[in-house]
Amino acid sequence: MNRRLLTMLLLLALAPLTLWFALSQGSLDIGTPDMWRALLGARDDATSYMVVHELRLPRALAAFAVGGLLALSGALLQVLLRNPLADPYVLGVSGGAAVAALLSMLGGLGIGWVRGNAFLGAFLSMLIVFGLSRLGSVWTQNRLLLTGVVIAAGWGALISLILALAPATQVQGMLFWLIGDLSYATQPVVALAALLAGLAVALWFARALNLLLRGENTAAALGENPARLRFAIYLVASLLTAMAVTLAGSVGFVGLVIPHILRLLGGSDHRFLLPTCVLLGGSFLTVADTLARSLTAPAQLPVGVITALLGVPVFLYLLVRSR
Amino acid sequence: MLRAHNLTLTIAGRNLCAGLDAELKPGENWVILGANGSGKTTLLHALAGLRAPDVGQVRLDDADIGGLPPRMRARRVGVLFQEAESEFPATVLETVLTGRYPHLDRWQWEGAQDYRMAEAALEAVGLAGLAQRPLATLSGGERRRVEIAALLAQDAPICLLDEPTNHLDLRHQVQVLELLAGRARRPGHLNVFVLHDVNLAARFGTHALLLFDHGECRHGPLAEMLNRPNLERLYHCPLREIRDGGGVWFLPA
Repeated sequence: MNRRLLTMLLLLALAPLTLWFALSQGSLDIGTPDMWRALLGARDDATSYMVVHELRLPRALAAFAVGGLLALSGALLQVLLRNPLADPYVLGVSGGAAVAALLSMLGGLGIGWVRGNAFLGAFLSMLIVFGLSRLGSVWTQNRLLLTGVVIAAGWGALISLILALAPATQVQGMLFWLIGDLSYATQPVVALAALLAGLAVALWFARALNLLLRGENTAAALGENPARLRFAIYLVASLLTAMAVTLAGSVGFVGLVIPHILRLLGGSDHRFLLPTCVLLGGSFLTVADTLARSLTAPAQLPVGVITALLGVPVFLYLLVRSR
Repeated sequence: MLRAHNLTLTIAGRNLCAGLDAELKPGENWVILGANGSGKTTLLHALAGLRAPDVGQVRLDDADIGGLPPRMRARRVGVLFQEAESEFPATVLETVLTGRYPHLDRWQWEGAQDYRMAEAALEAVGLAGLAQRPLATLSGGERRRVEIAALLAQDAPICLLDEPTNHLDLRHQVQVLELLAGRARRPGHLNVFVLHDVNLAARFGTHALLLFDHGECRHGPLAEMLNRPNLERLYHCPLREIRDGGGVWFLPA
């Protein structure tokens, strides 16, 4: 309990620090006092105000929201599928979004359309997978997993096809979208609201998720309704993923590894795991995105590259150190 | 207390039990016996209200068990499943505390009383020192006893146990069955065991329910049910009956 409380408090402190780090990095050097003044709304230095409020703060908050959404979704899907390898993309949600987004780019549509269509693509993929997995006689986790993986493979083939046919000038933009990129993420409000709503709903059935770890039979015997529970998890996790990919493309690694890191640190009580996933996932992606835009400035790297490069050694270290 | 009323269960068109009428009363330890695939587990799940019968009803204190709100049912009826599953890290104590689920409100955390009950349950199955250990570091028999401790923490007056002695060594088989069967002496308590060991059944049961082929089932006081002709027909296997003092043991011939 104490160790969990400590982890929670540390993560609560870490989140504002990472946001501060994101605000302080960039081509324009803003000192700490000026940063505070700009952040609190002083417009006497118009450039600082503009850089903070229109560029760095929205992007940092968007990164935090996306990281939180992905980590939360990953934690939920790992329980739903009873598979530690599950991540937010395993059921094809991001594939559907990617195909819709890439087709929009191919058609020369603006970023607003690309986003809207990406969300529709994600939603469509979610309906297809859930509909197909319910067709047979008996529902099992493996059936849902296999349906999702096959649909994801189908989307993957379409993505390759689009990349192969796209004019060379568009391919780099498409690749950035596929790897995950926050350059165009300027409106974090909807994503942050979705994150809070998703966390609230997830916490509402957090204790039931603890039962699900012992299997659906045991959950039913202890007074839960597993069918309703897994439908709720699937719906929430898919919507969280759809929201994240709509904003940032398919940022990898966060949704797979953040939940595992926290399980290694604090066990698998979901009342602890879900909120800490949001905090650590958000902080992690905020730092990764800041590095992505500042390491090779003025050129920007896709943030998905950084998440994996940072996350792989950290996770392996924790894994080796754990019992 | 728990009553099967014209209970009929089928799987893939095969009758497992047909028109079963039985009344299970407080203080009794029922043992379900039958060959592999005879439907013992399915019957146990139906008695627990986890599987809807094809025909008939299971009634808990004069209410259809299938119609009870699940959490309310879980405060009265506990189930130990044949095999436990868990792929994610959890400690022994966390697992046992899940047994308190039906007693807590949605936003309520486990309190001192819940921890006391979980610790007492671990003590009862001889795992008091392992509370903080990850489940994955335990042996099969220890994990089985963690599951049993979770059931004890659930504190349900009616316990339905599917092969509780799985993975347990001889000493723990006897200890666990003594512990569980002893609970039936508390007012309003009752157990139903699925067992494979006829001799353990003879030692701890008060009533037996035999699941023969083609949906035929017979039940009654244990002494009337456990005899060589019945058991040979039940298991399709010749048996030897060994008498020693007042006891009778059955062994494959």
